[in-house]
Amino acid sequence: MFGFSKEQGIAFLLLLILVVVCPFVLYPVFLMNVLCFALLACAFNLLIGYVGLMSFGHAAYFGMGAYVCAYAAKVWGLTPEVCVLLGGITGGLLGVVFGWLAIRRQGIYFAMITLALAQMNYFFCLQAPFTHGEDGIQQVPRGALFGIFSLANDRAMYVFIAVLFLFFFLLIHRIVHSPFGQVLKAIRENEPRATSLGYRTDDYKLIAFILSCFIAGIAGGAKALVFGIATLTDVNFETSGEIVLMTLVGGMGTIFGPGVGALVLKGMENYLAGIGSWVTVVQGCIFVVCVLAFRRGIIGEIGARLKLVL
Amino acid sequence: MFMIFGYPVALLFGQLLLGLINGAFYALLSLGLAIIFGMLNIINFAHGALFMVGAFVAWMLQNYLGLDYWWALILSPLIVGAFAVVLEKTVICRLYRIDHLYGLLLTFGLALILEGLFRNEYGSSGLPYRIPQALSGGANLGFMFMPLYRGWVVLVAVVTCLAVWLVIEKTSIGAKLRAATENPGLVQAFGVNVPRMITLTYAAGVALAAFAGVLAAPIYSVNPNMGSNLIIVVFAVVVIGGMGSILGSIVTGFGLGVAEGLTKVFYPQASATVIFVVMVIVLLARPAGLFGKAA
Repeated sequence: MFGFSKEQGIAFLLLLILVVVCPFVLYPVFLMNVLCFALLACAFNLLIGYVGLMSFGHAAYFGMGAYVCAYAAKVWGLTPEVCVLLGGITGGLLGVVFGWLAIRRQGIYFAMITLALAQMNYFFCLQAPFTHGEDGIQQVPRGALFGIFSLANDRAMYVFIAVLFLFFFLLIHRIVHSPFGQVLKAIRENEPRATSLGYRTDDYKLIAFILSCFIAGIAGGAKALVFGIATLTDVNFETSGEIVLMTLVGGMGTIFGPGVGALVLKGMENYLAGIGSWVTVVQGCIFVVCVLAFRRGIIGEIGARLKLVL
Repeated sequence: MFMIFGYPVALLFGQLLLGLINGAFYALLSLGLAIIFGMLNIINFAHGALFMVGAFVAWMLQNYLGLDYWWALILSPLIVGAFAVVLEKTVICRLYRIDHLYGLLLTFGLALILEGLFRNEYGSSGLPYRIPQALSGGANLGFMFMPLYRGWVVLVAVVTCLAVWLVIEKTSIGAKLRAATENPGLVQAFGVNVPRMITLTYAAGVALAAFAGVLAAPIYSVNPNMGSNLIIVVFAVVVIGGMGSILGSIVTGFGLGVAEGLTKVFYPQASATVIFVVMVIVLLARPAGLFGKAA
């Protein structure tokens, strides 16, 4: 089902068990944070891992999703599922514009353009009145799912976030293993060849980009509801860097890697909070070590040792 | 008071000067980025952080060793350049055979480390750096009051940029550099020590950034975050100008600085985004960049 191989099916079952069991052991808000960032990293990985596009500005779609979702929940009083969907649509629409601009250049320029566009978006958020600048949108109500089930309780919210995560995780997996996903991989391996086979590679890249931004927006919206806040931190370039780092640590181009990376980094932030500002230095060191010695990431390395595609 | 388009002349020229100063930093940094990219095929994300380190070294020289601005202007680029040699020899040289994107990621990590270290040591509020005695004060030009130091920065930056251009375009070292950018294997076959040249190119590019950092120290406060905001704008400058041409980088850098300064006069809300807007327009009209060759 969903194009899982046998090993991937087992790994997915493990993931499912973890998602169900963890809230009984660990703090649910921490887990929801991990799941939101895991979803974001999966969306980013859809581009870097399967199309070979390095987007250094995914915080823009994540953060705008968070802002719009928070605004819809607080000011318009919409139900959470609609708010999150609006967040996703915002991310997707922003992706249409930014992607359309960025795919004009390849490789390293693509990364620089996405970064610059995200920074432009950051300045927009800094000045636009609806984001409340430095304060952000605070005290966002979680509301009641479909107007019926209240999400004020952390456990209830966890179920909502977990279902959201699993749905989009499976969606990404399905996209990657569809004929469309095969073309994406062909573009990653050799774009001129894909073009010569008759594929309009720009269209494929743009669609993949929009999908990724849509899911990033969903993740942002979910995060805004979990914490009840959407701030400039969500759109700044440090967040973009963190997304890249999560995916790199977990394993680019693996299905389970980004989630593992999100767990590792968020866990580090949470349990190493005592070292305060050293977190940046530690993150930098992880970047350097990963690039020099550990390019496959955790899941990629495990997969390579066991000769499996995870 | 004179008015142009309903704006006081002094305001207009004041912002023009500020724009030229920002443009000077864009030009110096994008020049270094372009030279490094040409030789190493790596986008040096740590460029902004090394610019910041340059400013901090100047501050340290003054506060710990009592060496003044003029010493810092010479020593800081040398010290940071030496640090760049170490970086290149130990870390960056391992990246040449793998995808260019890893170079971006690694140097991004280096930037995080450098910024984090300085933030831990000196906090993020910024440290003051005095303008040297000889350049304090200003001159009344009739239409505006010009602080001497700001005029000095623009002058030095222009001279430095032109000197770099002359070295690359007109000297035999520059000829070798250009040849090695085109085809390193062939140049090595002619007996040029290409690996050493790569190291020195990286060091030179970084030294330019450190030099810009020293110039910036008296204008902005010396601050661990001073580079990270700048580097993203410089990336946009590089996308606009294209990295194929040295003179192109210089012209684009100064031009965009001026554009930014004038936006501050006419439409201040957009001054932070104007360079990105120009980038969007250039991407639509000339995707390869103003001075770039089509990829």
